[in-house]
Amino acid sequence: MLSFMARSAVQKIITLFFVSVISFLVVYLAPGKPSQVDPLNPKFTPEMVERFRKQFHLDEPLYAQYVYFFQDFFTGKSVSWKDNEPVLKKIWDRFKNSLLLFVVGTLLTWTLSFPIGIRSALFRGGAYDRSMTFLAYFLISIPGFFFAYILIILVVEGLHVPVIGMETFGLGDVPWYRQGMDRIWHLLLPSVLGATGGIAILSRYVRSQMLEVESQDYIRTARAKGLPEERVHYKHALRNALLPFVTMFGLVLPGLIGGSVIIEYIFSWPGMGRMAYEAILARDYPIILAENFIAAVLVLVGTFVSDVLYMIVDPRIRL
Amino acid sequence: MIRTEMETFRKEPIEKPLAPRESRRREFWRLFRKNQLAFVGLLIFVIFFFTALVGLVMTWGSKPVFDPAIVRLEEKLRPPLSSPNHETLAPEAIPRLGIYLFGTDDLGRDVFARMMQGAWVSLTVGFVAVGISVLIGIILGGISGYYGQKTATADQVIASAIGIAGAILLVARVATLGAFLLIAGGFFFVLSQGLKRKVRTRAKAGWTRILSTPAVSIDALIMRFVDIMLCFPSFFLILTVVALLPPSIYNIMIVIGLTSWMGTTRFVRAEFLSLRDQDFVTAARALGIGNWRIIFRHMVPNAIAPVLVSATIGIASAILTESALSFLGLGVPPPHATWGNILSDGKNYIFDAPWLTFVPGIAILIVVLSFNLFGEGLRDVLNPRLRERS
Repeated sequence: MLSFMARSAVQKIITLFFVSVISFLVVYLAPGKPSQVDPLNPKFTPEMVERFRKQFHLDEPLYAQYVYFFQDFFTGKSVSWKDNEPVLKKIWDRFKNSLLLFVVGTLLTWTLSFPIGIRSALFRGGAYDRSMTFLAYFLISIPGFFFAYILIILVVEGLHVPVIGMETFGLGDVPWYRQGMDRIWHLLLPSVLGATGGIAILSRYVRSQMLEVESQDYIRTARAKGLPEERVHYKHALRNALLPFVTMFGLVLPGLIGGSVIIEYIFSWPGMGRMAYEAILARDYPIILAENFIAAVLVLVGTFVSDVLYMIVDPRIRL
Repeated sequence: MIRTEMETFRKEPIEKPLAPRESRRREFWRLFRKNQLAFVGLLIFVIFFFTALVGLVMTWGSKPVFDPAIVRLEEKLRPPLSSPNHETLAPEAIPRLGIYLFGTDDLGRDVFARMMQGAWVSLTVGFVAVGISVLIGIILGGISGYYGQKTATADQVIASAIGIAGAILLVARVATLGAFLLIAGGFFFVLSQGLKRKVRTRAKAGWTRILSTPAVSIDALIMRFVDIMLCFPSFFLILTVVALLPPSIYNIMIVIGLTSWMGTTRFVRAEFLSLRDQDFVTAARALGIGNWRIIFRHMVPNAIAPVLVSATIGIASAILTESALSFLGLGVPPPHATWGNILSDGKNYIFDAPWLTFVPGIAILIVVLSFNLFGEGLRDVLNPRLRERS
């Protein structure tokens, strides 16, 4: 086990190195120059451009820039090109907001998809199963931004609550419970939206996993012993069906960054996805690269965690 | 020659082979029609295909039948099915159908005409992007599954590393050093291959033996590359590249294609690994058929089922990605309509003009849903376990 972990860690660090090289090349070799992002601004004299290039090492060869960037990044000295704020601090501020959305969304996904999937599997082919199947396809296929606007129309017209942003601007001095409710209303729609795709996919997966297990011999044995149905389903079947889902705890990690750009953009949620979008538009290379790097780290950590969890849970697997 | 032998063989009355009762295609069709949702999906897809074709023809050229670009400022934000004001409108600006079927947008442009124009974008983005990704997936997955155990020797690895470093430096505008390394790498590669062929018969000297030790298998190389590509958050990567490149529909297709081939590669590799040891491949090899012919004539048709399924679902997700990019304002440049940017233009009027959100939104939903249902239906029908049971 230890040797597996060591091997896999080395492999993942090598992968990470290549990811950093590729993302660096993609960003730096794209046409256009970050120093000319605002050519119409009369304050942007050639001397300023030159100073800008000098300050951020843009006048040096590419491999030197790569070394400079990651040196700065790991020592925490790397700053955003737009407002000279430290990159790590900016990301940390936004990360906290994204994390809130992510945790609520993940909780919704995991608590809702298991009952739905299990019920679909137990009543396979029935009206419930078929309508849930169609609903799952519906939720996978609906464009997130369209669904967001439907929900905004429904919630704003029906309940008259504010939804855009993280909290109502200028709420002022109100009792804590009103402030709390305000935060919850703002949190509700983005997290539900973030969870819909996950619920659709995960509940299908739970269903197929449950069906797979229910057709095993030991389930027939349990029935033949005369055990009550409840016990067969929830003790014998469900426990074995749960096995692959333990590993999925690791695989949800990357969703922290990738899945949230559109939702955070629509709801003006100050999270990492929206910051990435703004950084891309402003050609703020340190932020783009840092986010990309963190996303890659999350993917690798996620797969690592899921591998290790699988080995702990399933004694049959010895890698 | 082989065929005549086969025929004489068949005439011999040893034992009549039990032919399947129905051909594979007919069986497929029968199973497929039983799956109602998938059948509906296919039907919608066919309708969508013809709509997009008609839409392309009808909105093409300088004097199209439905002109998506006519601005009628006095007729803006008219609801669906409303008829135009014939008195104030110039005769050529009156919509061809006599009414605004889907209403007008904030510039008074006919949403129906814009939808017709946008359908083609969604269709081509879906198909071209998935075409690119499937092509890359089959080639890389095929190489990795078929030549998997072959190892690149140490000298080859060193030579290609030098060459790749040179290419990177060349792109990075370190011209002289890059070109030198690139040529050196290529030269070294050719030299070592030639040397090996010559030396093979004779006993090798110590240092050449080190150079020709197997270092890494091709399979491992390609799979590590897949791992690397999977580390990028895909939508984020697409967003970065599309935003930094000049806006164009072709860039979007290529970028979506280049960032979504990893799944196909893995499928094809897994299929090839299991097919490679089967009897018909061994037989083909015994007949002296070339590697490429074995791969493309014998193995790819047998490995294509999961690829088809993932390609169909890939089209759905490519259409979604394109519409999301258009929605963020990064897709096709503005005068051209796409479903995503119609919705994006309408988002400021969701309470006053909800049709600007609902018409494109529902259109995207229906098309994507049809592809998803069709893909899932294909998966069920092509699944051999299900086929045996029914």
